[in-house]
Amino acid sequence: MNEKLLMARWAMALFLSLIPGAALAEDPASLVRQSQAAFHYAGTDLKARVKMTLLTKEGQQRLRDLMMLRKNEAEGNQRYFLYFHGPADVRGTVLMVYKYPNREDDRWLFLPALNLVQRVAARDSRSSFVGSDFSYEDISGRDVEADTHAVLRTEALGSRQTVVIESVPTREADYAKKVSWIDQVTFLPLKEEYYDVQGALYKVFMADEIRDVQGLPTATKRTMTNVKTGHKTEVVFESVAYDVGLSDDIFTERTLRRPPEKWLK
Amino acid sequence: MRRKWVLRLVIFLASVVLWVQSSRSVSHASGISADNFTIHGFLQANYDMRITGQQPPNPQGGDLLFGEERFQLRLGYSNEKIRLFTRTDFFYDHVNNRPSIESREAYAEGSVGSSDLRAGRQILIWGVGDYLFINDIFAKDWGAFFSGRPVEYLRVPQDAFKLDLGTGKVSAEIVAIPFFQEDKLPPRSRFVQFDPFSGVARTTQEPRTEFQNTEVAARVYGTTWGFDTALYLYRGFFRMPALEANQPSMPTLVTETFPRLAVYGASTRGNALGGVVSAEVGYYDSLNDQAGHDPAIPNSSFRYLVGYQQQPWEDFTVGLQYYGELMFHYDAYRATLPSGFPDQDRHRQLMTLRLTQLFRNQTLRVGLFAFYSHTDQDYYLIPEVRYSISDNLWVAAVGNVFGGRRATTFFGQLDADDNLAVTVRYEF
Repeated sequence: MNEKLLMARWAMALFLSLIPGAALAEDPASLVRQSQAAFHYAGTDLKARVKMTLLTKEGQQRLRDLMMLRKNEAEGNQRYFLYFHGPADVRGTVLMVYKYPNREDDRWLFLPALNLVQRVAARDSRSSFVGSDFSYEDISGRDVEADTHAVLRTEALGSRQTVVIESVPTREADYAKKVSWIDQVTFLPLKEEYYDVQGALYKVFMADEIRDVQGLPTATKRTMTNVKTGHKTEVVFESVAYDVGLSDDIFTERTLRRPPEKWLK
Repeated sequence: MRRKWVLRLVIFLASVVLWVQSSRSVSHASGISADNFTIHGFLQANYDMRITGQQPPNPQGGDLLFGEERFQLRLGYSNEKIRLFTRTDFFYDHVNNRPSIESREAYAEGSVGSSDLRAGRQILIWGVGDYLFINDIFAKDWGAFFSGRPVEYLRVPQDAFKLDLGTGKVSAEIVAIPFFQEDKLPPRSRFVQFDPFSGVARTTQEPRTEFQNTEVAARVYGTTWGFDTALYLYRGFFRMPALEANQPSMPTLVTETFPRLAVYGASTRGNALGGVVSAEVGYYDSLNDQAGHDPAIPNSSFRYLVGYQQQPWEDFTVGLQYYGELMFHYDAYRATLPSGFPDQDRHRQLMTLRLTQLFRNQTLRVGLFAFYSHTDQDYYLIPEVRYSISDNLWVAAVGNVFGGRRATTFFGQLDADDNLAVTVRYEF
């Protein structure tokens, strides 16, 4: 992250905090865009060990332990390389995603027991990521233009000042309405509420811990709760590092079959 | 003696499980990984029963088509220069009533620049078909597949050298296989199936291990505009035996031979039409009988498949494929086919359907895979239910249902072999 950009962000944040909510309503989409940039695009690339705990209402636990490698490309495109360290029955499985903001992502799956590379047909908005309460879209972000955004109000959430934004989808989505609490300083979403077509709340996202990593505010603990089923997914980002120098060679079919060990530990 | 062996195996397995369990409290991740070493594996029980009440003559195992307890040990070592990996299975086979060991993978791999060389026993696979293979000419175990074993056992490991080249846009794999490995067909002692030379003595004549018999397979591949595209080349042998009788009428000896084969092909796969579209073609050049006059050798053919996969709703996937085999020199084939032999269609076609629905946060999978051929008028259905009891333990039930109008077609001949398999696996 270069310092100029960081300064610009702080200036923007300061500016936003000085003006009342009504003025923010002028371009809520750009605020959402900034929020996505902070949440999904921080750094030029990212390496993080991600531990997901899936919890049923009855208290049964399942763990998904993976290494996430992410690289930003031009025009909002991104590449993801997700290597599963656990659980045992998926160890060595790799999910590679070429994410495009305006069309379906390209997705590959490598199954080590079969030594097989598959293409996965799955819609981002409607697919649970490895059985968790997060959809693919929750993990990698949704196109800003796929919703219309409106500022509802500004309010404090805990010790943080937030702008509350309502997003209504104009394209396929698994929600009918989303309400987001966006931090006025870091632009990270601190909380999100997902409503279904009946207007009932069914999913709640919380950023439980935000840390500064190399000058970039990072949500290192997150939770998604399905309030209808009581199922919950807790995510911890461990050993996060930005700008580690991931090369394009990592995101290829050949590397899927032979994952780059130096990036996986 | 045998008891002692089994006892040793049981003690060994038990101690591994205890050791793994005791190490689990240390970290969430299972198995062992210390510095450059990894130890993983599983314990598995797998039984498969025929449910039709019919049996082949002199059946081995009766209605038990398959039954075993298996322990797999995967050992890995890697540093910056070299990677060693072994996957070894220890099992007790209840059909043959004996313990056994099978090496599934054992290779060394080294890198020089952007190329990797892997030497040793390995699982080779490529192509875009789903249970349909055109350019994937590597050895398969159809007996394992038809008896509902976990799908990785469809693959027969091969002793080979594999060279990986290139980075970024275009890559290539070149495989040299010095030791011939035939496809494993369902054993006649276990499966009721069609035999055109019923009761005649058989012998097998595999290609000898000689330099000029080394099989070569190559694939050049890359992704352009989101489509994974590949070109393939193979020079080797048919892996399904061709049957050569010592005399046309009243044969007394049938020799299983493996005629020479070359395959040239291509495939592509990518996002389109709201799902994933795939296509593959291959020209099978029957080198020992290019004119198609020898009835004991398969004719040359052109094979193709198109596939489409889509997810209509969350956790539900549909896959469709259409496959065809177009035989060349069909007139020569018909003219030389011995009388009484069932003839194959000039254009054999089949389609497949795969339905998969996941439930309970993707821990419960209910699926169906179906083959149907309207030219052979036969079918093969594979219903499946699999549940992950915990992160380490899963249980699955798989059915194999065969049928068809004639008892001479690929699936129709197995009509009396419908079976139900149950698998439990503990992974560490």
